[in-house]
Amino acid sequence: MSTTPVKFYQVGSFAVGNRLLPAAAGSVQSDMERTNALTSGHRACQGCGEALGARYAMDAAMRAANDKVIAVNATGCLEVFSTPYPESSWRIAWLHSLFGNAPAVATGVAAALRAKGRTEVRVIGQGGDGATVDIGFGPLSGMFERNDDVLYICYDNEAYMNTGVQRSGATPAAARTATTQAVGPEPGNVFGQGKNVPRIAMAHEIPYVATATVADLRDLEAKVARAMEFRGARYLHVLVPCPLGWGSQSCDTVKIARLATQSGLFPVFEAERGEVVSSTPIRQRVMVEEYLKLQGRYSHLFSPKRRDDVIDRLQAAADRNIKRYNLMPEEAGDL
Amino acid sequence: MFKQVEGSRAVAEAVAACRPEVICAYPISPQTHIVEGLSRIVKEGKLGTCEFVNVESEFAAMSVAIGASATGARTYTATASQGLLYMVEAVYNASGLGLPIVMTVANRAIGAPINIWNDHSDSMSQRDSGWIQIFAETNQEAADLHVQAFRIAEELSLPVMVCMDGFILTHASERVDIPEQEQVDSFLKPYVPRQVLDPDNPVSIGAMVGPEAFTEVRYMAHMKTLSALELIPQVAKDFQEIFQRDSGGLIRGYHSEDAETVVIALGSILGTIKDVIDDQRENGVSIGALGIITYRPFPFDAVREALRNAKRVVIIEKALSVGIGGVVAQDIRHALSGLEIHQYTVIAGLGGRPITKASLSDLFDKAVVDDIRGLTFLDLDQELVDAEMKREAGQS
Amino acid sequence: MEKPFAITLQVESSLANHTGSWRVERPQYVNLMPPCNNACPAGENVQKWLYTAEDGSYEEAWRALIVENPFPAIMGRVCYHPCQTVCSRGQLDEAVGINSVERFLGDLAIEKGWSIPVTAPSTGFKVLIIGAGPTGLSAAYHLRRMGHAVTIRDAADVAGGMMRFGIPKYRLPRNILNAEIARIEDMGVRFQLNHKVDNVQDAIDDGFDAVFLAVGAQIGKRAYIPAGEAARILDAVNVLHDVADGEAPLLGRKVVVYGGGNTAIDVARTAKRLGADEAMIVYRRTREKAPANDTEIQEAIEEGVLMKWLSTVKHADAGVLKIERMELDDKGFPQPTGEFEDLEADSLVLALGQEVDLSLVNNLPDVEVRDGVVHVDPNMMTGRAGIFAGGDMVPAERTVTTGVGHGKKAARNIDAWLRKEKFEKEPIPRVVEYSDLNPWYYTDAPHAVRPRLEGVRRASNFDEVVQGLDESTALYEARRCMSCGNCFECDNCFGVCPDNAVIKLGPGKGFEFNLDYCKGCGICVSECPSGSIIMIPEKS
Repeated sequence: MSTTPVKFYQVGSFAVGNRLLPAAAGSVQSDMERTNALTSGHRACQGCGEALGARYAMDAAMRAANDKVIAVNATGCLEVFSTPYPESSWRIAWLHSLFGNAPAVATGVAAALRAKGRTEVRVIGQGGDGATVDIGFGPLSGMFERNDDVLYICYDNEAYMNTGVQRSGATPAAARTATTQAVGPEPGNVFGQGKNVPRIAMAHEIPYVATATVADLRDLEAKVARAMEFRGARYLHVLVPCPLGWGSQSCDTVKIARLATQSGLFPVFEAERGEVVSSTPIRQRVMVEEYLKLQGRYSHLFSPKRRDDVIDRLQAAADRNIKRYNLMPEEAGDL
Repeated sequence: MFKQVEGSRAVAEAVAACRPEVICAYPISPQTHIVEGLSRIVKEGKLGTCEFVNVESEFAAMSVAIGASATGARTYTATASQGLLYMVEAVYNASGLGLPIVMTVANRAIGAPINIWNDHSDSMSQRDSGWIQIFAETNQEAADLHVQAFRIAEELSLPVMVCMDGFILTHASERVDIPEQEQVDSFLKPYVPRQVLDPDNPVSIGAMVGPEAFTEVRYMAHMKTLSALELIPQVAKDFQEIFQRDSGGLIRGYHSEDAETVVIALGSILGTIKDVIDDQRENGVSIGALGIITYRPFPFDAVREALRNAKRVVIIEKALSVGIGGVVAQDIRHALSGLEIHQYTVIAGLGGRPITKASLSDLFDKAVVDDIRGLTFLDLDQELVDAEMKREAGQS
Repeated sequence: MEKPFAITLQVESSLANHTGSWRVERPQYVNLMPPCNNACPAGENVQKWLYTAEDGSYEEAWRALIVENPFPAIMGRVCYHPCQTVCSRGQLDEAVGINSVERFLGDLAIEKGWSIPVTAPSTGFKVLIIGAGPTGLSAAYHLRRMGHAVTIRDAADVAGGMMRFGIPKYRLPRNILNAEIARIEDMGVRFQLNHKVDNVQDAIDDGFDAVFLAVGAQIGKRAYIPAGEAARILDAVNVLHDVADGEAPLLGRKVVVYGGGNTAIDVARTAKRLGADEAMIVYRRTREKAPANDTEIQEAIEEGVLMKWLSTVKHADAGVLKIERMELDDKGFPQPTGEFEDLEADSLVLALGQEVDLSLVNNLPDVEVRDGVVHVDPNMMTGRAGIFAGGDMVPAERTVTTGVGHGKKAARNIDAWLRKEKFEKEPIPRVVEYSDLNPWYYTDAPHAVRPRLEGVRRASNFDEVVQGLDESTALYEARRCMSCGNCFECDNCFGVCPDNAVIKLGPGKGFEFNLDYCKGCGICVSECPSGSIIMIPEKS
């Protein structure tokens, strides 16, 4: 990571703020004057990870761009809960067009800004996993390939939540959704090959690709800031738990995101021009079960009959990430 | 400046003279020559900082146009046929957001069966999209209509589709008076957006609107689109003052004021029709023609007024609404409701089928004596159809 | 800008939508009782002064500390810091070195000469305190701060009581002791030394409105040990007292100390410093069961003090002791085994506990004495109105810190009694449990160990064994505090709210919930590191 994390004995390396820290070294979210790009009164569910992630990312982008940001939003929860007529929760210039075209619309915004010589204004495209991994994937790839000057942020809650929790290309194996029901001999989503958009983005060799979660704010903010240092196409994939879709408690949103990283199921890393340049080590490793058992979408793995076969496959996926992204560098020799 | 050029080149130069800031396109015949021309002009640096974005699909083309237009850039794109259909979701979105994008549709048939040749099926499929649709009769008019289209679009904050017949116009080389830059500059002022994405004055564009206001939104869009019927003739008048030629407007009559029979059509076929009419009028037949230039919004009043004295109308359609028949005919019927005028619909030129003077002449001969059916397929190979239908029946 | 109807919206217009109406539970900031504060016999607000010290505001931290305890420099040396035993950080890595930070602050105050102004207006009441030990001095200090005129009488010619006569100077250097006592004197407390009070009634007659008895337990407990005439048997209290007075009691080459408390350890370690080749603790139970602080035991062992656990002295003679091996029964009590051995010893020092000289209340029939200590009511008042007692004189743990706590408690009750009021202690909030915390947010940071004099070297002199922290390590240590149950402005709640419903009030002012928008998701509660937010049901 480009910034050296501030080490605090008490807290601060991981908490949002620290009163002992000089304001300039504080997180964006600890700043009383933060943008609040997505402000109060929006209609997201209680404990919405996407609402949190969007504000984190957009506030960080606003700081990095001296408040010169235009956001383009795909259709989805974030769009619906933020801008139902007659109320908008955005405090930034914002455009929503369609479900599948946010990267292309963002390209258009960037093209217009370049044509007008207003390149100090930065463009961010954003959408959920459906908009990014599935329906908007073509435009996303096109935007990457042309290296358009857009930071695209995917808020990944691993299913189509806005339409009522249907499976997307980002839905993990074994997870229950409305279209991958927890019935039959192989309940939940299939064990497919997955669709790892961060890696696909890396294959485009765009300047910057990173993953983050709402559990590690400073990491997320550092990545947004780093992304904004580049021109060209950049991609940030943020895991945002969804209490409604995941069947978790609203108070556990951050905790579940943390367990996703600490289990290794969601590797947090960054890549520049197609090469992984850093990964965030696991601090307190947990087995995937710790992560799974807090979520109703995996409850069929624990009752009425415990499915160790499935849990083991998920654990194997986590173990593979740990090895692949060197998430436990101190134990790398043992793996 | 008169040039002997391909229609596509004429359009490219006219568009360039409008000083677009963002051009985005995806190749599809027969639109390709237009964007190739523009690509070269941009690459040569003749359009300053204009961005030419090669996108990965028509859906992206219209989406890029949406983003650029919402950011206050004068934005142009072009497409045809399948491409127009592929971008339909974004086409509706652009008009819903009130973005003054100008798009050329080089009219072409829609598959299956795949067919690259000319008809109006593509544009007609978008007649309810909320775009203003204007049809060029000649390459001169095609060039001129683009200049007018930006003015109309930007004054109304609505997108405009300039329709020109694929191949027949786009690939035809003829003498065109290319709009001079100074003339265009005096006719078309820099774009001042009604609303714009600007970090210094942020708004949220593209809200979700529920049942409580959706009807009102659509109604207001309708009223605004109708206002184009006032604006378009004014723009054409202004254009004439500066460019000294008649281009655009709502409709254009040809001996239609006193004709008993009026042939109605859109686009380049009007030239052939006029030739036939000339011949027939020499023979004393009371026949004229009426070209529809502005198809959306539909100029009901102008059409009704123009046809007030007609006894019959023959509507030449380059599109088929399967299961109904004519597309334009429905609008004409609406325009003429209550008047005692016979209406004949003729489906012609589908998928590039040539519409010959001979066929038209035969058709008009019969029409003037009311010897045709309500719906006619011009030059239909009835033997072929009968044989195929017999074969299919035999198989089942 | 002419905005299209409905499709284009004004920014932040959603503020009109009060999503707080969705809520069924609401978050609430609380101040819970940190385990350290709860465990402190002197009632210190440890969390508060550590918090204050964290940003380098040492004087402010010291002033917060001395609200409860006037002896940070002494405490930082002699307190057995039960606060650290219960410190939540101990469950994460290692307890915060609270005691060392306290000493740092205390030493800094002495170095800087920080004084304690008496700002309360004079009440006109006069209070007599009998005994200038930790309990009496503490009471004097607190009463003086409340505006009372305070006189301390003590039989010794110097104040300090058992802090001076019972604690060796390698643990508590006298300049430190003197400095913290002098500060109390500077506040206007009148010291009458060499003034043994034999009769409390006489003192009352001197015109005092209230009296506080705090004479301490200074008499070594006697135990019958059959002994030959030539056996040299000494009392631990006397040994330490002599050493404090600068005398060197004759202990010989081999010294056996009988007992398992801190005094026994002190004597054994003192014996080594006085030149004994061998100092041995004999105690009838195990190390785990010994009342002495384990740190003290460890330091003694490092200095070469020998330990003989599960042993009793059956007979003492010149140069030799007969020892019986004991064993613990099922209930953990030592039982004789009938197995004996001889042990060479030039002297036997008895450290079997201390007793209080209660002669001063002999002629006060209202003052009830039970089991060698004075009986007091919950307000520390004896049966005689206006006479209070505390410290070793009443049933309690006999440590300096407990005495200091008694002094404070007595002062508050005396003050209330003088004003004809009743002292009401503020209700104690719920004590924080480790499960209330979110330890993820505390970066792993091991305890900063104070430098110690190397064992062999220190056993030969009376230099202070445990050294202080320098500023950077003290700061580091203070910042290891997890601030259990009390907001320390980490901004987590402000950051993690998906609804932007936490209002940050600014440095030192904490946060408020914006209940217009709070949906009651509870993420702020889950992610509060210190457990300072709770959810409470919304009134329907």
